[in-house]
Amino acid sequence: MDINSFEDILKHCREMKATIPEVMIEYEVRKTGKTREQVIEGVRRILNVMIESVNNGLTRDAKSPSGLLNNYAKRVYNAKINVLTVNFQKAIARAMAVSEVNACMGRIAAAPTAGSSGIMPAVITTMMEEHGVDENRAIEGLLVASAIGLLIVKNASVAGSEAGCMGETGSAAAMGAAAIVYLLGGNNKQIESAASFAIQNAMGLVCDPIAGLVEIPCIFRNAVGVANAFTSAQIALSGVESIVPLDEVIFAMNEVAELMSPKLKETAQGGLANTKTAREIQRRVIYQIDLGK
Amino acid sequence: MPSIFDILGPVMIGPSSSHTAGAAKLGYIARQLLGAEPKQAEITLYNSFARTYKGHGTDRAIIGGILGIRPDDERLRNSLEIAKERGLKYEFRLIMKAPKLHPNSARIKLYDFENNEIEMVGSSLGGGRIEIVEIEGFRVSFSVMTHTIVIIADDIPGSIAHISGAIAEKNINIANMFVSREEKLANMIIEVDQDVPEEVLEKIRSFKWVHYVRLVEPIY
Repeated sequence: MDINSFEDILKHCREMKATIPEVMIEYEVRKTGKTREQVIEGVRRILNVMIESVNNGLTRDAKSPSGLLNNYAKRVYNAKINVLTVNFQKAIARAMAVSEVNACMGRIAAAPTAGSSGIMPAVITTMMEEHGVDENRAIEGLLVASAIGLLIVKNASVAGSEAGCMGETGSAAAMGAAAIVYLLGGNNKQIESAASFAIQNAMGLVCDPIAGLVEIPCIFRNAVGVANAFTSAQIALSGVESIVPLDEVIFAMNEVAELMSPKLKETAQGGLANTKTAREIQRRVIYQIDLGK
Repeated sequence: MPSIFDILGPVMIGPSSSHTAGAAKLGYIARQLLGAEPKQAEITLYNSFARTYKGHGTDRAIIGGILGIRPDDERLRNSLEIAKERGLKYEFRLIMKAPKLHPNSARIKLYDFENNEIEMVGSSLGGGRIEIVEIEGFRVSFSVMTHTIVIIADDIPGSIAHISGAIAEKNINIANMFVSREEKLANMIIEVDQDVPEEVLEKIRSFKWVHYVRLVEPIY
């Protein structure tokens, strides 16, 4: 069972008379020889890790070893000022919470990467909280997200070292956007459009982490990834269609990745990582060596 | 084709799949190669591992793996403290430039309480995938994607037949086999399709010309 394009997914949906989650379960069953139940239980485990990582990030002390992150998620979650609505404030705080758990050596699901691991948990737990999505539907949402991630892995990349932050938080946002549309009853065309919009919104986004650490700006880009996912889903669910089909957008993403300088792909040599302040932090972090007992 | 669980996971301890999760796997494999509770560890971090270990917890991940803590277990974070409790002594060396090695590489030498030792070099390739590139001075290349038997034996005629016979006897299918030679010794890396019962390893161990046998199990 080959899945190389969104067109392939739609074809399998037609032939099997099935939804995207069903097609993805079948894909995994045929690929690994697992049973349908094992696949679903595997996704349930991922969901539980995601929920746990959000809760941990909002309750535990979360100061990273470098000191660059220091309980920012809780501050956003509990802030008296909200710029739009409380649920928006909470949604982005959840993504930041998981980013802090990740930076503090906590357990996360790297969906699709550790650097972008805040976005899917924030999207899914927000859908559960705000729209009463239950566990089984949440699992379907994750399966829809996996379809989009799979297409990007096949035809572009989710790695910061290959496609910058476009590959990491851009992909996670596209996966999240597709899941939101599915969970709110959108059709496959709308799922495709939402994922397309999210990637378009992250096109060319560089990976320029201070001192090479998965901390800043990663935590903020995870928050923006959530906003991107909900924005893209809102537009798609309103009936606005992406002019360029998802498959072509992913090819464009791959082209942009190839055009990007290696200095902007996780090497901490360009962009924010190359500022005077970032260089000073890098020297402090690297030469603060206290190994060997 | 990737699995959907490569997209939705892996479940791991952050912050980095290469510098943390992959590093933990390397430590865990070194422990399996030692085959006993380690007493002492000497670890050399190379290149990117050496430069950024601190912010990524690479030291804690490797020590955690050596202690038998898996890459998705939050105790990794406290591994240095756990090492103290369990009496594991360790020291790290940093080599910033080792151009022949992959950017994320580590050399791990372990001693058990009876002073047996094992030394390996491994690289973390990204996404939590790893490659072992050296064991006891032998150049090797395997990724522990499946159960893997590691053997060091005298380089004598018929050794491969005896060993593969012992494995086939229990209906275990050999997927891949790599042999390398160094003076009068041979190293064999045998990847099999399923778990290997202890009696198979015992049988191989009973051959007088076999010096070392270990089973390394994949970590998901």
